[in-house]
Order: sequence, then C-alpha cells, then structure tokens
Amino acid sequence: MNILVLLRMVADVVEELEIAADGKSLALESLRMILSESDGHALEEALLLKERYGGQVTVVALDAPEVDDVLFASLAKGADRATKVTGAETGLTSRGMAHIFSQVIATAASLKPADLILTGTQAIDDLDGLVAPLVAHFLRLPFVPIVVQVAVEKSGSMATVVKEYPGGVRGEFEVRLPAVLGIQAAEKPPRYVPVAKVRAAAKAHKIECLPVPSQLEPLFVEVLQMMKPEVAGHAEMLEGPAEKIAGKVCEILAARGLV
Amino acid sequence: MAGNIWVLAEQWRGQVSELTYEVLALGSEVATALGLKLQVVLLGHKVKSLADTLGKADSVLYVDHPALEEPTAETQSSALAQLVKELQPQSVLIPLTNITLGVGTLVSAQLQLPGINFCRDLRVVDGRLQAHCVLYGGKMEVLVTALREPAILGISPGARPAEKGRVAQAPAVEEVTVTLPEAPPVRFKKYIEPEAGGVDITKQDVLVAVGRGIQGQDNMTLAEELAQALGGAVCGSRPVIDQGWLPLARQVGKSGLTVKPKLYLAAGISGAPEHVEGMKNADLIIAVNTDPQAPIFNLAHYGIAGDVLEILPVLTQEVRKTILKKAG
Repeated sequence: MNILVLLRMVADVVEELEIAADGKSLALESLRMILSESDGHALEEALLLKERYGGQVTVVALDAPEVDDVLFASLAKGADRATKVTGAETGLTSRGMAHIFSQVIATAASLKPADLILTGTQAIDDLDGLVAPLVAHFLRLPFVPIVVQVAVEKSGSMATVVKEYPGGVRGEFEVRLPAVLGIQAAEKPPRYVPVAKVRAAAKAHKIECLPVPSQLEPLFVEVLQMMKPEVAGHAEMLEGPAEKIAGKVCEILAARGLV
Repeated sequence: MAGNIWVLAEQWRGQVSELTYEVLALGSEVATALGLKLQVVLLGHKVKSLADTLGKADSVLYVDHPALEEPTAETQSSALAQLVKELQPQSVLIPLTNITLGVGTLVSAQLQLPGINFCRDLRVVDGRLQAHCVLYGGKMEVLVTALREPAILGISPGARPAEKGRVAQAPAVEEVTVTLPEAPPVRFKKYIEPEAGGVDITKQDVLVAVGRGIQGQDNMTLAEELAQALGGAVCGSRPVIDQGWLPLARQVGKSGLTVKPKLYLAAGISGAPEHVEGMKNADLIIAVNTDPQAPIFNLAHYGIAGDVLEILPVLTQEVRKTILKKAG
C-alpha cells in the first residue's frame, strides 16, 4: 500500500499573534509555525496502516519555516520518504496549497501513485476551502471527511472508513481506492519521537525537493481586513494567590447553591 | 438578474439541525438587505415534510433522491452544484458542521466559485456581501469578500439565535431533480451509536472540563477529585479525547455532545469555536487558562489566568472545606 500524507504548517496559536503592516495578514516574523494538528493525526494513521498492511508512507509538505524539522520528525516516526515543494509564495490560501499538492502528486515522477492520500480534515486557517476535498476534486478521487478509522480490504481496491457525526455518533462508509481522506483523529494518539531520533533521521535521510508547479490557482476571495476578535463580553478575572482565588470561587458557587 | 439567497438545509436522521435555523435567520437578513428572496435547498429522500419547518424562507427547493438518503459530501455537493449552475443564486449559505463539512468546498471547486469558511456574520456593504470569519481557533478574525458570484459560504454556529429562524408557517415547496451516479465511489454502510452506560454528561449539573492544559493523563485525577468534591463529572475537549485520556462519550463540542450544566469549569481549555459550540449555554462558566488572551475568557463569567495544575488541587481543598463548614 502506498500512502501519501499531505502536511501543512500553521501558526502556533499558543503564541501571541500579530497582524502584519498590510492589516490583512499575520506578521510572519512574529509567528512560530507548527504542524497542523489534524495533519499530525493523518501521519499517525498512515503509519498505523503501514504497520498493519505494509507498504510505504511518503510525506509531502510545502516549504515553510520549521518544515524541515517536521519532515525529519516524520521520517523518525516511520515515514519512508519526505518531499518538500519549494518556491511557493508565502501566504498561500488553502485552495492555492491544495492546487499545488494536486499538481505535484499528478506530475512528479518521483511520487508513486498513491492508494490513499491522507491529510488533516481541517486546519485553523482554512478560510477559502478545505485541503482534502480540494485535492480530491483536482485529482478526481473519492473523498471522505472527519475520518477516525480506516481498514483496507485484502484486494486493496476498497476501504471501510469511519466518519464522525455530531453527538458521538459515527458512520461507516465504504470507499473505492485510491481516495483522499480528511483525518480528524488517528486510531491512537500521535507517537512521540525523541529529539535524538529526529537528529539521527536528519543524518540518515534526505528531504527530496520538488519545484512548485508553474500553473497556480487564481484567487477567489479577498481579505479586506484582519483584526483581533471584538469582545462582546469578558470574564471577570479572579486574581491573587491560588488560595484567595479558590476562596472567591467557593463564594460564587455558594451564592448559587452549587456547594 | 441577481439570483436569490440560498440556504442549504442540514437534515440528518429525519431532523433539521439547529444550525440550519441560525443560518436561515442570517440569510433572511442578507436577503432583505439585498432586496432578494430567501430560498432553502432541502436534499434528501422521503423528507419532504421537513420543508414545513423551513417557513423563514420564501420557498423551498426540494430534491428527493435515494442517493441522498444518508448524506455524503460527494452526493450532496454534486446535487447542490447542479442546482447552483442551473439556477444561479446570488450566494449559498451552508451550515458548517460534521454533517455537511466538505460540501461547500466541493461545490466551490466544481463550479470554480469562491468558497469562504468559518463565517460568523455577513454584512451588505455598498450592495456587496462581506463575510466576517473567525480563524486561528478564535484568536483572529478577518473581513472577506468574494471576487465573483455566487459565493459558497460556510456558516459557523452562533451567527444568529436559532429561534429567529423558526416561523410557524410552511413555505411553498418546489420539487426539482438532479442526476446522481448510481454507483457512487463512497457508500454509506451503517451508523455506530455511542456506547451506552457510564456517565451521561448531558444530564450533569456540574462539569469539570479538561483541555490540553491538563498536560498528561496522570493529572486527570486533579479534575476527577474536583468533580467528585462538587458532585459532578469530568468531560473534555477534543485533544483530551484524542489522547485517550477520556472516552468519546465525555467529549464536549462539535463532534461530541452539547451540554448545559449549572456549572462548567473549563480547566486548560483555550475556547476554540468547535468546543464553545457544545458548552456556550452553560449557566455559569468559570475558566482557568495560563493564556490571559485565550478566547474562553471572552465567554466565561469568571476567569483565572493560571496553571490548572496549581489551581485545581487548591480549589478542591477549598470546596471540601466549604462543604464541611456548611454541614456544620
């Protein structure tokens, strides 16, 4: 089984986010970039499938700050190959990224045809579309979103996938392969890999670089303004040492008959 | 001629979702501002009677097809794209939940149209639609406009109160047809219901909810002890469930359950929109988070900018003391 995992870097929202001088985007210099959380789950699901059925996992990412670390970490976790698409402009939209991913998958001779293409079901900055259905559309492949479980039939031509619905309900679907799956969560938490193993992977492996395709997706939306959220209300903040705060919380709870 | 404003009705298992009514309320405002009609698109099989609940719209376009009995993103998007191409609405508003996720993106891609996600509000400025969208887990917002029409707009929960989208009268219904593949590459097989038994968090008066800030499974006892002292139960946000620290039945939010307890103590939860969707109506929300800018503080009644690992044990002690004192 040949599995491609599409990885993208997003702003780490634990850090303070700053707006760029254009007033329409994030200030890149202030950002710490991390792997999009559900892409980390997509990688884990791919590695679990490889362990179960054999085959090869290739991770593909667009060039971005910190992306080499993420690709080497993927190799250290068990991915077989890592590919980086270089030369894309910064600030690409999800639609632009999906278009580049699709063209690279369709044209790069170094990438074997995939049975499964996995990526995160949604990212925190998917303003103009979701990458998984866009890639599925561009490559004319079937697509299932919000996937939390994958089982591949012996023939390798079909998979049974489990998708999440609201209220804890899940739905089982049969999907013809090759297909694109938007992974919400892997069947196990993403594995941890120590820094020493990542360093070893960086010495043992090379990241393959591919140029960004020349044909780009046009822009369909225009950001007029970026702003910090307008706050309709804000919590009354309780301050002081932990004991004082705890006392105040108990007063609030007692007043409402909750203790 | 400008088309109508469309809302895709999100129907699942014989019911129209709450979010559909929120989106109808928003769509109605937009249609009025633009001087256009509001139409609902209802896709399904043998669900025509649901149209009676969609009277906020001027009319309903109903598609009945066996392939739409259990919604998949592919069949829904294929049906909707055919209608958009044929009838040319001005904009299409789609509720953004796990039932319809991916539909808007596919329609926009199939028809080479703008797609805009995470819309919390829509405004008409100089006759053009502007979308107000929430990104980065609720930490940034953007004002966006589509560069061509129709735009396919994914609407997040909370845009308008659902009750504003409900009216008593039934709308006019027009049946329309689409062509869908007989052997689609994605086929629904069955539903898997959540495991019964254990604690039902939707019936608890007190919930101690844990998020990523709890840092590790070993620290879950801190939340359990506080919940026990308060006579409540522990629930969690998505990352905690994905880590396997709590079972799926304890998840609050978009993929999990919606709760409305008397007390919701959010411990180490940032307040991403997907989580807020499931707990925003709690009577009293107290939040603890190390990040004073965390969006959860915009919703909570009381906030504590601190480490849950430090605050929870002290609070548990204080709750126990208070209860003992009260007992005399």
